[in-house]
Amino acid sequence: MTQPGQRRKRGFIERSVDSLRGALEHAEHCADTAEGAGLLQKLDPRVKLCGLLPLILAAVSARRLDVIVTIWLGATLLAALSGIKPRVMATRTWLTVLVFTGAIALPAIFLTPGLPVWRVPMLGWPVTAQGCVAAARLVTRAETAATLAVLLVFTTPWPHVLKALRTLRAPAVLVVILGMTYRYIFVLLEMADDFFEARRSRVIRPMNGAAQRRMAGATAGVLLDKSLRYSEEVYMAMQSRGFRGEAYTTHDFRMCRRDWIAGALFAAAAGLAFWGGAP
Amino acid sequence: MHIPDGYLSPSTCATMYAGAAPFWYVALRRLKRTLDARMIPLLSLMSAFCFVVMMFNLPLPGGTTGHAVGVGIAAILLGPWASMVAISIALLVQAVFFGDGGITCYGANCFNMAIVGSLAAYGMYRAVAGRSALTAPRRIVAAALGGYVAINLSALCAAIEFGIQPALFHDAMGAPLYAPYRLGIAIPAMLAGHLTFAGIAELVISGGMVAYLQRADPGLLRRTAPGAIASGAKVEDFTGLRWLWIGLAALMLATPLGLLAAGSAWGEWRGADFRNPETRQEIARASLQAAPPREAPAGLQRLSAVWSAPMPDYAPRFLKSEALGYICSAVFGSGLLIMAWTLLGWGAGLLGQRRRAEAARPR
Repeated sequence: MTQPGQRRKRGFIERSVDSLRGALEHAEHCADTAEGAGLLQKLDPRVKLCGLLPLILAAVSARRLDVIVTIWLGATLLAALSGIKPRVMATRTWLTVLVFTGAIALPAIFLTPGLPVWRVPMLGWPVTAQGCVAAARLVTRAETAATLAVLLVFTTPWPHVLKALRTLRAPAVLVVILGMTYRYIFVLLEMADDFFEARRSRVIRPMNGAAQRRMAGATAGVLLDKSLRYSEEVYMAMQSRGFRGEAYTTHDFRMCRRDWIAGALFAAAAGLAFWGGAP
Repeated sequence: MHIPDGYLSPSTCATMYAGAAPFWYVALRRLKRTLDARMIPLLSLMSAFCFVVMMFNLPLPGGTTGHAVGVGIAAILLGPWASMVAISIALLVQAVFFGDGGITCYGANCFNMAIVGSLAAYGMYRAVAGRSALTAPRRIVAAALGGYVAINLSALCAAIEFGIQPALFHDAMGAPLYAPYRLGIAIPAMLAGHLTFAGIAELVISGGMVAYLQRADPGLLRRTAPGAIASGAKVEDFTGLRWLWIGLAALMLATPLGLLAAGSAWGEWRGADFRNPETRQEIARASLQAAPPREAPAGLQRLSAVWSAPMPDYAPRFLKSEALGYICSAVFGSGLLIMAWTLLGWGAGLLGQRRRAEAARPR
């Protein structure tokens, strides 16, 4: 039994609840920022979609480190002008990417064959010039692409992203499925959160591993059962409302002068990045 | 296993999109034919379900936790084609909205998890479950194995995609432009985590969910169990075994991928390698820059001449094509193993029969 003052080990229920709530909070935060008054929020979603995607491609294909860093600085400036707090960007994007990519990039400085520039004292492992360049390139490229990708979702409400996809000729069925998936993710997240919360409130002592695994399987099973039942109900609701395969939103996109200028600037930046990043 | 942007070259990303496209096309065609408008909410809910299941932190033996991808259970309940679409949509929402997996690498992530994962999970589930009853414990084992094999094959695909990058894309200095590890490092590194934690998480969720559905709503398992016998009846044949043969054939055809791994494996050098300046450099690079001896050690020289293999380096002398040589070696090696096991099984059967006959003989 846990003694007073002793920290109790977090079980899988707590961890799962944290993951589920983390996703809900992320979505809530994105929705709040997207409704704010910033530079990118004022632009037409189609311009953002068509402008940010080539920049991501340019960052991924750039071979020069200075070009990748310049794109990242530009993306960070855009984030600041759009009211995205640097702290939020750092904790939600940069740190997550750094932890994942850094763990992969760090051994590369020792394992990549090449010219040794330093040896780790005591261990004698050689740090190679090629390894350092490869690791730096990997981290900066992943950070830049992730920063550009979150700019879109932090500054555009999800229905507008979908509408922009539709106006850019993405198949209607794909856009409808994407929209519904996004909506029902939150329904199911809350449902799963309720399951775990209900179970946690009824547990008086820690469950053993086998019982926890049985519970995880049963929770996923109930969730699946409910998902399938929901899909039937949603289908009936769609039929009763006269669904004919097309999704409509009340918001109409209109390109103004600001959007054209922004589109031209995005195109110029992407063109420069492709040109500058080439070997 | 969600590959972020920047790990794969644009040309690899384009190739993976091209590789995934025919599967998406066939999957959507098949779904449209069978489900029509009902497909939209079903796929949406299933994608949302896969997304949420990925957030379950499953308790694993040993006290750690891991999260599943959900590909095993999606393929078992929906069939491989619907599962491909559902997982692809879940991956798209993850990439665009939650930044989990890259946008340029979306095709590769779908190919690895949604396509290879779904086909592997479904194939293994059908092969092991055979025609057993919907409530048979064998289906739990089949589902667990399906999930385990699916996530590991997906990880293997991702590792191959990572591993070919340094050989194909590097700058003038030799520094890798994308993922920095060659196949020899990428494959063991990826599989170590997936054969243990992630694989077991997928195994637990797939087996656990099928066990739950067998008790709560076995009808949901019927979609991917054609010919399942009524509960209690004995299964006579094992037609699903053909999936294992198909899998073995596919693996044999994929063996030329081994040619992409440059150089020889560490510690597998021949005597002549110690005299060749190029291979000497390779040996030094692979041995933390420690210079190899100028001549092969005497013991190695002597013992390496004791036996000369009929197909050295998986390259039969009568074939000029390296890839074809690899495939022939895979077929020959697998054939030898199958023959050896068949003979062992036959011998064990004979021995068992003789012992039973001796035991039954009146004394």
